Amino acid sequence: MEIGKRIDLPDGPATRDAFGETLTELGRTNPNLVVVDGDVSNSTRTESFAQTFPQRFFNVGIAESNLVSVASGLAAAGKEVVAASFAVFLLCNAYDQIRMGVAFPRLNVKLVGSHSGISIGEDGPSQMAIEDLALATALPGFTVLVPADAPSTKAATRALFERQGPVYLRTGRPKTPLVYPTDLPFQIGRANQLRAGRNVTIIACGLMVAAALEAAHLLHLQGVDARVLDMHTIKPLDEVAIEWAARETGAIVTAEEHLLSGGLGAAVAQVVAERWPIPMQFVGIRDRYAESGDAQGLLEKYGLTATHIVHAALRAVAQKERPRK
Amino acid sequence: MTTETMLARLQEIGWRLSRQIIQMTTVAGSGHPSSSLSCIDLLTCLYCGGIMRYDAKNPTWPERDRLILSKGHAAPALYAILAEAGYFPEDELNQLRRLGSRLEGHPNMSRLAGVEASTGSLGQGLSIGLGHALAARLDAYDYRVYVLIGDGEANQGQIWEAAMAAAKYQTANLTAILDYNGFQQTGAVSEVMPTLAPLAEKWAAFGWHVAEVDGHAIPQILDTLTAVRAVTDQPQLIIAHTKKGRGLSPFETHAVNRRHGEVLTLREVATALAELDTSYKRGNDGDRKTD
Repeated sequence: MEIGKRIDLPDGPATRDAFGETLTELGRTNPNLVVVDGDVSNSTRTESFAQTFPQRFFNVGIAESNLVSVASGLAAAGKEVVAASFAVFLLCNAYDQIRMGVAFPRLNVKLVGSHSGISIGEDGPSQMAIEDLALATALPGFTVLVPADAPSTKAATRALFERQGPVYLRTGRPKTPLVYPTDLPFQIGRANQLRAGRNVTIIACGLMVAAALEAAHLLHLQGVDARVLDMHTIKPLDEVAIEWAARETGAIVTAEEHLLSGGLGAAVAQVVAERWPIPMQFVGIRDRYAESGDAQGLLEKYGLTATHIVHAALRAVAQKERPRK
Repeated sequence: MTTETMLARLQEIGWRLSRQIIQMTTVAGSGHPSSSLSCIDLLTCLYCGGIMRYDAKNPTWPERDRLILSKGHAAPALYAILAEAGYFPEDELNQLRRLGSRLEGHPNMSRLAGVEASTGSLGQGLSIGLGHALAARLDAYDYRVYVLIGDGEANQGQIWEAAMAAAKYQTANLTAILDYNGFQQTGAVSEVMPTLAPLAEKWAAFGWHVAEVDGHAIPQILDTLTAVRAVTDQPQLIIAHTKKGRGLSPFETHAVNRRHGEVLTLREVATALAELDTSYKRGNDGDRKTD
């Protein structure tokens, strides 16, 4: 992928790889950690944990409903549980089980969905989770994390068990540019400001954070000074950071590898509307399913590049400056 | 072997809790009395027949045996037995389904101690029970997990996902009890899903140890629950042949809805309780099997 190339962001591993590596590390220090996977451990990257701790790993087969409810039972019996599968199958196939067995009783189950978004590419739309954030954020009491790159995914994975109760962590398949050095501040519910700016704020999550940084650079060349926030926690949202972005920059663009319905943009818009209404623009997938193809081609075709963010930012700035009657 | 004293005691409990089920659902004005009556003898044996190990004063005791009511609509039966077992005062039963009550329409583990899983969306309890059973293995605890599932509930694909997985992990500490009362929401199981049968053969083919009992014959239930403990490498299914509404005429003589999810009117309650009392006084569970 070309995201981040124009600002020389270094290549990094896939976020799913960072998750898998950190999971095994956590397994060493936490004997109470148990992993349940739906026969996709070589895709979700729970494989290393499975090999290192076979007693604490359960492959329940290609049966996501059973997977989530088994995780629920393990958690009810006191285990700290990671339930992993493709994001689309975990959230869409097992939604009722998540609702009844995890969200409703607020159990300590950490759902980890890999292969999120359209950047999985060639496998096509049946495998692409583009509704998962809407589904996960709709659940009362859920925490929803979408880290931007490998280092932040490591931090997010470590943070999973610092917080009691249900969490959904979204990871991706492709190699992802590095937004962060190895050490970074990562606090659930606290956005990271990656770039200061006065004219507009770009609020992004996941893969789109690198695109947002690239967009901010391109905007700078046009004389527009963009703030960039990595909103790695979609729920609970950092409402303070959003309100200050609205007050201080007067325009907001959100960017996410997800449908515009019920994702990051919709959540940010709700905060903006309640606390400090200002013009907003939204970069995301507009009410349609994608198709098979190479990741870069898909991101361009479905409107998820730095260029799309730049256009959206310019529209938001123009709205800010138009006369009001 | 069941002693005469214990049998008399369990019959008395089954009779008394059946009365409570009829009364609390009619007071509440809604609920599933027939689905509760079909499984109350099974629950009575588990909780009061020396089968389950629990401490009502310490409901989160890690080594307790678990009962998961997967057919969550039979909540009145669960509440009746939990009150009997000392988890909460019996007079709370008349708060069933009221605003503010812990006794919700379907069991809510976050609100009521003794409820091991929040159920009401069918098909999930066996998987949850499997999770508990696997946790016991990891923790080297010897507790047992009992999951009560409905026959209509076995329409759900997840039941069979759990059946496969439990057999894979050879969870001998997991016992499922299938309340085979023969009716689901809109009709007989044999009509709605005729291909659910043959059940015993299906579960055996999935790798389970299968036993069948008359689900209202207390000595048989106790003997079977005791016998399956000896199984060391398989989860076990007990198919309990039961009567939806326990054979009481107000449930038998009405349209199908009366069999499922409809409470009795006050007049019908009088009839049902009288029949229940007569049957109990005869002191013969076998009588309940005849119409």
